[in-house]
Amino acid sequence: MSVNDRPSWYDEQAGPLVRLYALTRGRARPSPVLLDLLSLVTADGDPARDPLLSPEQAAVLTLCRIRPRSVADLAADLDLPLGVTRVILTDLLDYGHIRVTRPVRPTALPDERLLQEVIDGLRAL
Amino acid sequence: MDSGRSNFVALKILVAGGFGVGKTTLVGAVSEIRPLRTEEAMTTAGAAVDRTDGIEGKYTTTVAMDFGRISLREDLALYLFGTPGQDRFWFLWDELAQGALGAIVLADTRRLADCFPAVDYFERRGLPFLVALNEFEDTRRVESRAVSAALDLDPGTPVIRCDARDRASVKEVLISLVEHAGRQHAAAPARASATAE
Repeated sequence: MSVNDRPSWYDEQAGPLVRLYALTRGRARPSPVLLDLLSLVTADGDPARDPLLSPEQAAVLTLCRIRPRSVADLAADLDLPLGVTRVILTDLLDYGHIRVTRPVRPTALPDERLLQEVIDGLRAL
Repeated sequence: MDSGRSNFVALKILVAGGFGVGKTTLVGAVSEIRPLRTEEAMTTAGAAVDRTDGIEGKYTTTVAMDFGRISLREDLALYLFGTPGQDRFWFLWDELAQGALGAIVLADTRRLADCFPAVDYFERRGLPFLVALNEFEDTRRVESRAVSAALDLDPGTPVIRCDARDRASVKEVLISLVEHAGRQHAAAPARASATAE
């Protein structure tokens, strides 16, 4: 058996260069408001003004300055697992760089008008 | 309307059903699909499936879900989440079902039993859902009533046909679900509205 028979892993196959626990600095507990996939993140900070931000934190601010984004959208945008994304967002929340609003709950909206708007919107697609 | 941001409404709809029934296809027919990854602790239930030979230190596994966003208006969006197919990811369903408007259970009449767990789950949670029969080319047309009986559905639960590849068809499924959810909310004993009035 030669060396060439051994499988080699290159680029993405080798896994992330920076381990996920490094991105969260070992922490795993996010803020409760971020537990909802549809909680909406609005950026207040300017990433260019804070050199201490990690690349991921800066990326969140850049994305959310264009328009508010949901937690699910951000995880997909950053190509990071949800849990990691939530911890990154928790830090930004603690620093006061972002605001997070919970989505409207269906239990709080047996609002016929809203549902009719959804139906009309779907028809118009 | 101050910036309109706080008025933004995002509604969540789950897409469940057996493995390979067309959940991803359905989400993709009406929205741009994006993968959502979660890192989950591996349980013993998955031990036989998640081969860890040679990587004994691995205690987490990555679960990928599909989701898509439909922007109906500047301040109104619908999010579709495809639920992970395997039973051992039930704990993820709880998170997904939290605050959801309703669910689509996509079914293949050749393998109807595959959607039993999803039907059971949504019934127990009291989440409005409908059963959408994905019509494959070689499927025999089965009466909706027969499906309803086979799945032992409550009389009010809609059973409709669809083509998960077809945008117009999937739109109709979504509209039916929103209508059904509206009826269920309206019929629900004043528990939700009592406090509001």
